[in-house]
Amino acid sequence: MSARSRSTLIRRGTTVSVALFVLFLMSWQWGPALLGVPEFIVPPASQVFAEFLRMLKLNHLMFHTGVTAGEVVAGFILGSLLGALFGYTLAMSPVAEFALSPYILALQIAPKVAFAPLFILWMGFTVYPKILVAVLIVFFPVMVNVLTAVRGIDPDLINLARSFTASRAQVFWKIEFPSSMPPLFASLRIGATLAVVGVVVGELVGGNSGLGYLLTFGEGQANTPMVFVCILMLTLIGGVAYLGVILIEKRVLHYMPAPPMGGL
Amino acid sequence: MAMTRLEYRDVTMRFPDAAGGSVITAIRNVSFSITDGEVVSLIGPSGCGKSTLLNIGSGLAPPSEGKAFVDGEPVEGPNRHVAFMLQKDLLLPWRTILQNVMLGTEIQGKNKPASITRARELLQNFRLGEFANHYPHQLSGGMRQRAALARTLAVDPSVLLLDEPFSAVDAQTRIMLQQDLAQTLKRAGKTALLITHDLAEAVILSDRVLVMSRRPGHIVDEIKIDIGDRDDPLTRRRDSKIAAYLTQLMERLDIGHAELEEQRA
Repeated sequence: MSARSRSTLIRRGTTVSVALFVLFLMSWQWGPALLGVPEFIVPPASQVFAEFLRMLKLNHLMFHTGVTAGEVVAGFILGSLLGALFGYTLAMSPVAEFALSPYILALQIAPKVAFAPLFILWMGFTVYPKILVAVLIVFFPVMVNVLTAVRGIDPDLINLARSFTASRAQVFWKIEFPSSMPPLFASLRIGATLAVVGVVVGELVGGNSGLGYLLTFGEGQANTPMVFVCILMLTLIGGVAYLGVILIEKRVLHYMPAPPMGGL
Repeated sequence: MAMTRLEYRDVTMRFPDAAGGSVITAIRNVSFSITDGEVVSLIGPSGCGKSTLLNIGSGLAPPSEGKAFVDGEPVEGPNRHVAFMLQKDLLLPWRTILQNVMLGTEIQGKNKPASITRARELLQNFRLGEFANHYPHQLSGGMRQRAALARTLAVDPSVLLLDEPFSAVDAQTRIMLQQDLAQTLKRAGKTALLITHDLAEAVILSDRVLVMSRRPGHIVDEIKIDIGDRDDPLTRRRDSKIAAYLTQLMERLDIGHAELEEQRA
């Protein structure tokens, strides 16, 4: 793609995106009234924004957002590290994979969010059960991607390193680890969004802080705008986490040929 | 008498069949040796165990019977005397061309500044000097293969094992690569075992051609190529004796007969 057609593409794409956003806001603002949907079912955009400002003052919205964001980051980092660690270990030890795979599979099949009440029983209304749910949920995609990535490496590449008298550790650090970076980052993108799910479920189940708590609080008061604000803030947290992963990915995988749109 | 660089002594290799039941003998009682500075090609039908011989020589796979020797030492595993190059360039996408060329020296823990100097020299020789800091995906197939050759030479091996190194590039690129290889081998005085499917390539690049049989592979013939200018395949290619050697090789490989039978039918 030439630089010129690329810049045309970006300009047109941005114009259409902005237009769609304006259209979306307009239909959110006036659409429900036109269709006769009551405001307590779908509050118009302006009312949600007013609620957002009110919550900033009266409900410590930023504090709760901060708590949730902190839990997401902690859960995501711990879950990714554990997932990667297990992925590399299992990839290098077929015996360990054979022995552990039934248990890992069972844990993978079990719906992780169902553990939330259990963790709250164990750890109380603290941030830890929320982080733990996120850790569990992030763990699997990362582990599976790392495992398949290492297993899928061209054996000739390994042989090349071995023929240069590489030790096992050298094969890992010079071939296997860097080879697994693209799939690892693909799984981290997934993990970044999944971490939000884990944390919110934990907060919904019990506690008195975080956006999940505000969600149930708003629900209890039949305050639909408040629920909308919480959902938007959660989306924002997920978006920022996703973006963070992409920024790191661009630095680490700088050697990859640029995608045609430089897109997400 | 020149020193023997690479020797296979009565080497046999068996594999368990894919189904696990029976045993396949890939190569049987293969013996030959290559002296210092010699370039020897190995041709034979596909699946005759040519690549198995290469794996044994590089120490990646121990033979079932017999032994390979490099520089007079028995091959017990990967060692610094041998380096191999395959049809695939196997360049690491996250390393620049220079870093790729230095993979072997880095693994072997050789002096870094000296390795950089040597790698740059090699890249210069292969007309890749200005691409040292490029990534592999920015290079053409022929350039990548030259970089792979530079990586093989960077560890300064006494023997090069080349497994169809040019079979994945187009015909014109291949001619250029053959020229590069021949001149480099001559200049550096390296010993090489070249596996190829291309009979003409075998003839124009080598001092000797070994012919292998179908599985279980063994050496059925050895043809000495009596043409000068081994470092100049472009000139060799035009030599009048080439046709006779090709005919001889085709006979040994039973290639012509099948075609004749088809014509008769």
